[in-house]
Amino acid sequence: MAAEGKTIDALSQFELSPVLGIFGDAVSFSQSNLFMVIAVALTVGLMTATANRAALIPGRLQALGEAAYEFIAGMVRDQVGDEGKKYFPFVFSIFMFVLFGNLLGMLPYAFTFTSHIVVTLTLAIVVFLVVTGIALARHGMHFFSYFFPEGAPVWLAPIIIPVEIISYFSRVVSLSVRLFANMVAGHVMLKVFATFVVLLGGLGAVGPFVAAMPLAVNIALVGFEFLVAFLQAYVFAILTSIYLHDAVHLH
Amino acid sequence: MDERNGFEERLRQARAREGLDKRPDGRGALPQGPWGIGLRAGVEVFSALVVGIGLGFALDRWLGTWPWLFLVFFVLGSAAGVMNVYRLFNPRRHPRGK
Repeated sequence: MAAEGKTIDALSQFELSPVLGIFGDAVSFSQSNLFMVIAVALTVGLMTATANRAALIPGRLQALGEAAYEFIAGMVRDQVGDEGKKYFPFVFSIFMFVLFGNLLGMLPYAFTFTSHIVVTLTLAIVVFLVVTGIALARHGMHFFSYFFPEGAPVWLAPIIIPVEIISYFSRVVSLSVRLFANMVAGHVMLKVFATFVVLLGGLGAVGPFVAAMPLAVNIALVGFEFLVAFLQAYVFAILTSIYLHDAVHLH
Repeated sequence: MDERNGFEERLRQARAREGLDKRPDGRGALPQGPWGIGLRAGVEVFSALVVGIGLGFALDRWLGTWPWLFLVFFVLGSAAGVMNVYRLFNPRRHPRGK
């Protein structure tokens, strides 16, 4: 697929196409949507399995679910404080959705929905709206003092306030671009080196030996991509809780 | 335990409960390697510029003042990018408890 015509075609893996036959055609249900549904189903399944059995000595599934729960619960408690418990379900859902999106993308033939800027931007906008909503609900009009730090000279206000507002909105872009760029870069690299393996492997007698080099790189990259998949989900969740901290305590 | 120690302990607990004190590993929980910080700084500058330029474009289209607001917001976006990077290393402090 990637090496057809001896060219490197690293981007066609991000193309959307309808799935599930006639139903998918009718409502434009793409692989991206399919994998989102799978990610949600897996999350719900994991947490249901964890909560249903709730054995005193956890089995493997339950240990996994509890580890995920405690990881995010601890993170929200550390970052937001005890008031943050209310917002734990939100952070946890975001984290599991992004994590399963990244990890499902590591399966062969799977589609990485977090590699589309529309998806990550939508997630970031949801985070932004929720955080701003919480800040407004908790602090009312006092929230707008966030845009003018205490103690700054008043004559600087015409400069500081627009800069602070742009900086506040830039959270949406930085949150989404970080996840999107990491996933795209990783999957493009995987595809490029995989194509090298195929192209170099066809070079006659020496081919297989030369092709071993990009293959080795690709093996290392797969491991690295698993790290990135976890790390980016973690970064997304921890930035969400840092923003929640700002919203709750309004520095 | 004398009164003062008890008070300090209760104050510390209360501050921790309210989330006023960052735990030692608070913000440091983000990736701290040179690559992590470098990429984060790059993304922060980039995104502030995107927002500034986008706002400038949108306002210019709306008010028909091309290119003046674009230029103004480009400069403001750059300033916001620099400020984002500054915040990366010196996070906002709480006005009361430092």
